[in-house]
Amino acid sequence: MLYRAAVIGDSQTVMGFKAVGLTTASANDGSEAAVQLHKLAESGYAVIYITEQLAAQIEEDMARYNDTAEVAVIPIPSQAGGLGIGVRGLHLAVERAVGADILKQQ
Amino acid sequence: MARLNVNPTRMELTRLKKRLVTASRGHKLLKDKRDELMKQFLDIVRISEKLRLSVEKALMESYAGFQAAGAVMSPEMLEQTFLYPKQGVGIEMTFRNIMSVNVPMYDIITKTDDKADIYPYGFAATSGELDDAVSQLSSVLTEMLKLAELEKTVKLLAQEIEKTRRRVNALEYVMIPQLQETIRYITMKLDENERGNLTRLMKVKDMMVQQQIEASRAREAQRAVS
Repeated sequence: MLYRAAVIGDSQTVMGFKAVGLTTASANDGSEAAVQLHKLAESGYAVIYITEQLAAQIEEDMARYNDTAEVAVIPIPSQAGGLGIGVRGLHLAVERAVGADILKQQ
Repeated sequence: MARLNVNPTRMELTRLKKRLVTASRGHKLLKDKRDELMKQFLDIVRISEKLRLSVEKALMESYAGFQAAGAVMSPEMLEQTFLYPKQGVGIEMTFRNIMSVNVPMYDIITKTDDKADIYPYGFAATSGELDDAVSQLSSVLTEMLKLAELEKTVKLLAQEIEKTRRRVNALEYVMIPQLQETIRYITMKLDENERGNLTRLMKVKDMMVQQQIEASRAREAQRAVS
């Protein structure tokens, strides 16, 4: 089966992704983004990129897909810049696995 | 450590000893699994962190290009150029097995092979910055997909490691000490019973010897009288 990839973000940011062939969904605030996220996750999207500005508001909704192998929700910076959520997500995963954030010291 | 609530019988003892052997073997296996998972996990995390930083940088550069294009063109015009994209991206998802954790692998499948199809607009009415931005975004796409794959792997492995670590700890600090404690208790109890039995036997033997001595004395006394 062929899966698809999507980008959720403000309309400025997602515009370019449309050209390279990704499905785009624009959302102005967290609740809209959450609705879009669940809708996309249920309709055959394997990878969903979401801008960090929106990701910060719907962390719980994103955490729901943490343990499912079929859907990957990946934060990316938006045109307004990044918030470091993506890197923090990695650190959190390390903390969950190791018990302490051992990446920090490097 | 609390011991299990069992009857101190020989049968129970054999049963518990068997369980202890199984538990220790399981503990060793799980510990090995945890260590190997951890090794793979840390490798992937390091790669993934590097990739994320480079992807974020490339994205920001591409965004800057879009912003520059936005400065030259009107927002409506910009919107219009991307109204109908020619290129489509599909993902072929296969699963890889890392220490019995299924992690996804993505392969990108594009709708058209023509490189120029990422530009869904005529070049006459659009600015050159836009072309650069779109081409850069397109080149970062494979890396973005690789990043998604790695980050998903990291999350799934983290979950598995957490689960395995809990199991290892439960075996090491609860299950195994509990079994050992119970086995010790039953052995003590059985030994105590054995000792009690022995003293009882000795006592009975003493009493029987005493009786015989008394009986033989009585007989001798009888003979002396007659």
